[in-house]
Parts: sequence; structure tokens; C-alpha cells
Amino acid sequence: MSHRRQAVSALIIGFSLAGTPVALAEVTAKETQLAKKFWGISIGQLEYRYSDSDAKLGVFEGAAFYGTDELKGVWLFEGEWENEHSAWETLENQFVAQKPIAEFFDAKAGIRIDTPEGSDRVFGVLGVTGLAPQWIELDSNLFFSDEGDVSADLELEYELLLTNRLIMHASFEVDVAFSEDKEIGIGSGLNATETGLRLSYDVIDRLFSPYIGIVHERKYGDTADLAETSEGGTEDWFAVAGVKILF
Amino acid sequence: MTRILTFLLVASLMPMTVLAGEYDISVDRVQIDTGDGVKEGIGYNGGSPGPVLRFKEGEEVTINVTNNLDEPTSIHWHGLILPFDQDGVPGISFPGIAPGETFTYKFPIVQNGTYWYHSHSGFQEPDGAFGAIVIESEGREPYRYDREHVVQLTDKHPHSGDRIMRNLKMSPDYYNRHQQTAGDFFTDVSDKGFMATVRDRLMWGDMRMMKADIEDVHGFTGMINGKSPDQNWTGLFKAGERVRLRFINSSAMTAFDVRIPGLEMTVVQADGNNVQPVTVDEFRINVAETYDVIVHIRDEEAYTLFAESMGRSGYARGTLAPRAGMTAAVPELREPPLLTMADMAGHMDHGDMDHGMDHSAMQNSEMSSEDTDGSVKGSSAMDHSGMDTGEMAKGGMDHSAMGHGTKADGKASDPFYAEGSGLTPRAANGGKFLSYADLKAQKPLYEHREPTREIELRLTGNMERYLWSINGVKFEDADPIKLQYGERVRFTFVNETMMAHPMHLHGMWSILDVGAGKWNPVKHVISVAPATTVTMETEVDAPGEWAFHCHLSYHAAAGMFRKFIVEGGPDSEVSDIQDTTTAGDES
Repeated sequence: MSHRRQAVSALIIGFSLAGTPVALAEVTAKETQLAKKFWGISIGQLEYRYSDSDAKLGVFEGAAFYGTDELKGVWLFEGEWENEHSAWETLENQFVAQKPIAEFFDAKAGIRIDTPEGSDRVFGVLGVTGLAPQWIELDSNLFFSDEGDVSADLELEYELLLTNRLIMHASFEVDVAFSEDKEIGIGSGLNATETGLRLSYDVIDRLFSPYIGIVHERKYGDTADLAETSEGGTEDWFAVAGVKILF
Repeated sequence: MTRILTFLLVASLMPMTVLAGEYDISVDRVQIDTGDGVKEGIGYNGGSPGPVLRFKEGEEVTINVTNNLDEPTSIHWHGLILPFDQDGVPGISFPGIAPGETFTYKFPIVQNGTYWYHSHSGFQEPDGAFGAIVIESEGREPYRYDREHVVQLTDKHPHSGDRIMRNLKMSPDYYNRHQQTAGDFFTDVSDKGFMATVRDRLMWGDMRMMKADIEDVHGFTGMINGKSPDQNWTGLFKAGERVRLRFINSSAMTAFDVRIPGLEMTVVQADGNNVQPVTVDEFRINVAETYDVIVHIRDEEAYTLFAESMGRSGYARGTLAPRAGMTAAVPELREPPLLTMADMAGHMDHGDMDHGMDHSAMQNSEMSSEDTDGSVKGSSAMDHSGMDTGEMAKGGMDHSAMGHGTKADGKASDPFYAEGSGLTPRAANGGKFLSYADLKAQKPLYEHREPTREIELRLTGNMERYLWSINGVKFEDADPIKLQYGERVRFTFVNETMMAHPMHLHGMWSILDVGAGKWNPVKHVISVAPATTVTMETEVDAPGEWAFHCHLSYHAAAGMFRKFIVEGGPDSEVSDIQDTTTAGDES
């Protein structure tokens, strides 16, 4: 809203300076009485991970949006910086359009660009995101890569309020691929799961909420084999510490 | 010689000239000190709230509003009956007031009572752009008082209106700090048993609704006349005086439960219109409503004026005292209420349920209103000094027979709340809590007649998306609602949401159906509780275009808003409430 309003007022200032007071006369109530455009930035994870095998990672995951109730443009970003090799193990950017399709669910369509250390990939994305019964946040996507491979993910999140500020976040993510893409270490079938438990405290509103937690990552099947041949681990436990930001 | 004649002529006309006042208001960026810190805001004549505007009934007012902001502004005269082009809604009444511009409002004052004014542009009103209007009655008022104070309530928030709206859209529970926790789960398990508690949580979880969803915006400071609880606004009195308190709720989002421990309050006016006096211990004032009460203070004590928010997330506090600096005990906030399944009924059944709003079942024939016959017969009948407040006007007003007040089982009950609602108010001292059902017009403003048309308006929303709408359609996608001049329209509000919406129609009165026929009270804001159906009638006597909306700022801005167009009517832009009956005949 503020953007539209600012634009309108800027126009009005412009016009009134130019000596044409008609600018205001064209304003309708649908412009002056409503807030229509919104934006926000949500960084769910901005954390340091320390694994049981002494690996050190910096991880971020979040989204920024701009748009209306009917259509939003969303930028989703995710990255894993590995300290030992000074390299991005994961670096994903998604740009999607998001539109409501049901009372509690939105559809998403757009593009995902992966630019980690190693081979890059570009994907088409089709997804659904929303709030399932019992307050479970759900996000699921199909990815079509520029190499012709198809994969999917499903992410579930639940917040348990210990108090109104001390909140336990449980998250579970599973990745599957319908075909193999060896170059980026993806086997066919169930690839990987990530399970997290984070305890946060809202220090300033919901703007700044530091947390600690544990994360379990596991690779499966061919993906696990591919990881082993490249001397990577197939299962890791991490202690994590970070901050959630909502602005 | 001619000059002298002219002078004499002018002089002889002088007493006949219409009472006219000119007022200047500047719209300014101001600092608002809430005690927890100084916040940026918007105000009038350098402060928030703005000055109390005192008009006289019959006066022709000229108000010059100068916009010192760098954005457009407007002033809406809330509750005032005036030509639509003076109503101050940008895009409906007029284009708004551009930065640096002065707009001159000019309209006759055709009513009396307590009202208020506020910006109708963006979120300037939540940011502080409001003030009180007091209109002195032309005739004698049917009650007596020795002094008066305006008590203007607000919910000043540290965040700007724009930021609050954005946060609510991003995360609808952003501000809600009353959500049920794991601890509450275990408390419920020990109270109600494990399975019952699990079933309860699953039911609410299935709907994705929260029992604690009563106030969208927590974290405000309740203010009275610009003073925080610690800054303690103090209204002075002398022992033995009757003090008229003009309560105005200028909040963006917060309904308040108001009481003055140790004093009974006699409600004499609601939304600027006199009502048959009703003595209460406590009343709820939703956003944009006004209530005038008279308190008779016999001793030299200080009394706390305590206004708890309906959801108990905050409070305003002031003091009535014989001397500045005196204070009385400040009560603790009561336990926050929780919504019940009764409050969800409208959402689940989309208003098809019978919520016990059967007004015909109320024993209105027993009401003492029969005696007053619409006119005040001698002031002695209304002279409270001769009445012990304990007995006042209680004759025949058996509240339990009307199905509200407190039931025998000790549960609060009010026909304007769903049966079993978690929001049903009850007085802190166990005494009388004002219900809409208690409000009876002192003198009907209109001749009572059957409505010529009915319009049902469903109040709809989706909390998870922070969508608010009417009939499931947001204002941006809606056509205007067209009314014909001379109609009497019966509006039925069916609240399908779990929040109480204070619905405000500009320009024309809202005659709230409390089942009292011609004695139904005349208001400008009708608060519709969750899962209830409330009806009001409007005499369509004001040509032009008018706004109609939920007065919760962020609900209105989300789309719970409509434009009304009144077609036809006299050429004159000035509608006079006195002309109503003839106007009705013309159509």
C-alpha cells in the first residue's frame, strides 16, 4: 500500500507544483481507502551449523515478497556455505509468482537457479504452499531441470508455543528425484531428508528471534552412494545457532 | 444618511443572523509521548488528539483545514449529518486535501451530542489524526449535570499504521501474544481430561482458527485524552457533583470495557443520541462508538477510570479526583477471554444458525419507555438528583426477563452475543454490564415505519490471509450499493467471522434493532459480535455518495468497505433530519 500511496502522493505533489490541482480529483475511494500492495522479508534460518564430524556450515534460508492478495512475486533464497572448502555447497534462488488457489493454499510457478560450487542448474518450478489442518505449514514443489530431469520436494513445519515468545520449531524436508543427475550428485528415488528442531525466543516483536537447535541430515539410495564416492558424508547431526528475522 | 440607514438596517438584522463559527485546523506531524517513549505521529494543531471542537446546534460552521503533511489528508466528521461533499472521505465525498492546501468545510450543525473527527486518508487516524466534537444542545437536555469531561480513548501503537498492516498481511498473528501454549494444553488436560483437550485442539486446528484471536493488534498503549496509564489523565470534580463523561473510542482496533470502581454510571447518550437512562457498572465501547455517562460523586475521593481492552492485551487508565495528583487503586487486568465454538458458528454454518437473537422474545412491553412517550414531560422525571441511582429507571426493567444480564447459573448472557460466546461481557464487580438491548431512544428521531427494502450484508473474512470483506467480496472488487432517497432500508448484518466488527455508515443514522420498535436507539456504529445476526434500519434521507465500512482500521483497509450511492432526492445538497417524514412521503 505504502508504495502505491507514495507514488500517488508523489504524483500529486508533482501536479500541484505544476499548478494542475485536478490530480486529486481523479482519485477514487478504491485508491485512497485500501491497502493493496504489500511486501515482506522472512528469513527463517540464518545459522551456523557444527556437525558431529566437525564440519562447519553457514546456512541461510528465506523469502521476500511483493504483491497483492491475488498475486505475489516471491524470491526464495537458500544457501549452505562450507567453511572447510570455502565453497557454496548449496546456493539456490527461486523467483516465483504465487496465487491463491484455495482458502489456505497458494500455487507457485517460476524459475529456480542453482549456482553452487560445481555444476549449475536451472529449473522450472511448480509448487503449492499453505497451511494444512492442525497448523502444519506445507510447501511442496516439482522441479524440471534444464537437463531434463524431474525432482520434487516436500517441506513441513510446525510451531509449538512453549510460551508466547519461546517457540519450538519442528521442520521436516524430503527430496526425491524421478531420474538421475550424477553431475550434481542426485540419484533416482528418495534422495535426502532434513529434520530440524529449533528453539527460538522473540526478542523484538517477531522481527528478531535468536534460536538454538539440532538438525539431522541424511542421504539415501543412489544419492548416498554418489556422496560416498565423492567422500562426502551420508548422515550428519548438527548443532545449530542462529536468528529468525521477519520484516 | 444612506450610510446611517444601512447601518441601522444591518444592526436590526444582527440578532437574526445565523450563529456561525469559523475554526482553523492544521494537520501536522507531531510527537506522541506514550510514557514508554516518544513516537512520531500525525495530529491536529500540533498535537494528538487534536483540539476538542465545540459547536452549537444550529450553528453554521466553517472549518479551514490546512494540510502541512507531505501527503494528502482529509477530515471526516464522524457521526455528523451533513451534505455528502462535506463528509471528508477522499474519493467519495471530495478529492482530499493535497499537501500544502487548505480546504474549507462549511456545513450546518443539525444535531447535538458527542462525536469525533478523524482523517480518512491512509492510516493517519491510527497514527494520531483524531479529535473530539462536542455539540451543545439547542434545547434543554433531558438530564442534568454540573460539569463534563471528554474521555477520548485510543490504542497508540509503537508501529506506524502502514507497518502494522504489512505485518498483519505477512503474518496475521504477528501481534497476538495471547495464543494458547503447551502450558495451556496441560492445564486443560488436568481440567477437562486428556481426550477432551485433544479433541478440542484438533477441532480448532482443523479450522485453522485460534481461540485467542480476539484482538489483531496487541502491544499498544491505552490512552485517555493523549495520556498513558502512567501519565494518568485526571478529570476534576467537586464532591456532590454530577459529572458527564463523554466517552469516545478513537482506537484503530481496540474495543474497551470501561468501569469506574466505586461508581455507577448512568448512560444517557449513545453515539450522540439521547437514550433512556440506564445505570450500569460497566460498558463495552467498540471502535468509533461514543457513550455519554453521568456519574454522581458524593465524596472527596479519587476514582480510577479503567478501560480494559476486550481481549485484555492492554488498558487505558485515568482518574476522577477532587484535586490534581490524587490517585486511586488501579485494578489488575482480568484474564484474557477465549473464543468458543459458539463464536465460530457463523464461520462454519455461514450464518444459518439461530443465535438466539430472537428479539420478539424480549419483554419490551414491560420497558419503562412506554411512559416517556417520546417527549420529555418536565425535567423532574429525568432529574437524577431526585433518584437514588440504585433504583433509577429499574421499574419494569427486569434484565433477566429480557434474557441478558447474568443468568442464574452465573454465566454472562447478552442477546447481542452468540449463546455461549467467549466474548459475552460481564461486569468486574458482578453487577450490571450494558447491553445493546438496554439502549432505548429517549426521543425517536424518525417516525416509526416498516422498512421498504431489506439488504443482507454478510461480514466475511479469512484470518489466515488477513482478508476482510462484505459478502465475500473486497471493496476493490465490489460495485457500490445503491439506495433510493426516501427508502427505509433494513440492513441485516450476518457476522460469519470470529471477530466483532464495528460497522459504520456515513451520512445517515443507523437505527439499531433492539426489539423496541420506535424506541430503537439511533447510532452511527453498530458492533456485530462473532456469529451473530444484527439488524438496523436506515431512513435514506441524505442524497449523494457515502462510505460504509468496518471501523477497525486494518479491516477497512483490507476491503471490509463499500460505497453507498443514494439516488434521487431533492436538489438541495443539504439534508435536514427534520424533513425526513415529508421526504419519505415524496418518494
